[in-house]
Amino acid sequence: MSRARLFIPVALFMVLASFLYLGFTLRDPHDLPSALIHKPFPDFDLPVLGKPGERASLADLVGERRLVNVWATWCPTCLAEHAELGRIAEETGISLVGINYKDDPHAASRWLTRHGDPYDFNIVDVTGDFGVELGVYGAPETFLLDADGIIRYKRVGDVNEGIWREELQPAMAALGPPP
Amino acid sequence: MMLRICALLIAASGLLGASAIDGFDFSDPNLADRYRELLAELRCPKCLNESLASSGAPIARDLRRTVRRLLEDGATDDDVRAHLQERYGDFVLYDPEFRMTNWPLWAIPPLLLLVAIVVVGRVGLFRRRAPLDDRERERIARLLEDDP
Repeated sequence: MSRARLFIPVALFMVLASFLYLGFTLRDPHDLPSALIHKPFPDFDLPVLGKPGERASLADLVGERRLVNVWATWCPTCLAEHAELGRIAEETGISLVGINYKDDPHAASRWLTRHGDPYDFNIVDVTGDFGVELGVYGAPETFLLDADGIIRYKRVGDVNEGIWREELQPAMAALGPPP
Repeated sequence: MMLRICALLIAASGLLGASAIDGFDFSDPNLADRYRELLAELRCPKCLNESLASSGAPIARDLRRTVRRLLEDGATDDDVRAHLQERYGDFVLYDPEFRMTNWPLWAIPPLLLLVAIVVVGRVGLFRRRAPLDDRERERIARLLEDDP
């Protein structure tokens, strides 16, 4: 048996080890590929935060690009990204809509008074059922919708400067100039 | 007395836990069976390796409620799987269907098996040993004689 062949098991082990290494390091296992990209935002009929008796539906979202942000007062990361979302809304002029997710609406209103309210309006999903329709599995999550109400980008986790620069801004630019 | 109260509380807490997970009353007992089977094969999107049945995560509770609602509305098991898969992707299925994008998932295990069979074959576990020829016999005899 030639000497080189003795190294075959070592080579196989290295291949296996590198696969395992990549599996553990390269990719965050919580970062699931979104199933809803390029699909229409689901329809809904939900109350509007702070406006008793008023309800919103998908028709209130289409016609304009939107950033739809899933947030809650119990979610510290939502507070962490709050300023950045406000900055994006202000500087780009894109409409920011909130989904107040599995939260106490009163606490949510107080939270907005305290930390500022960059949202055009907030949809209230107390049960989390609409979250399931959206494939939400935690807060915060942020969706970019084009004017037809199609989901073009989704971010799971906070929107920070890096995400804005590397993902969200290019995704918005890909939609072309605003209509 | 104290002991008895403790025992009662422990027993009651057991009921509480059970009701948090399986407190759903179905209109039809068959639905409850299908519900349990589906929950065991659907994966909680938040928890990497827990089924909807075993996970205590809030999202798993929401999804259990969704599965229950779909079943009560007359959905088939496939409808339920498709409903969740459309929203959460293949991740929620412990047994995803074969598609062009996930072929390595299905192809790699049989491929590894093939490699293993080839390796074992080469190493010679399955090869019959050839009988000794005359030269080998002579060599053995010599070696045994040289033994001091």
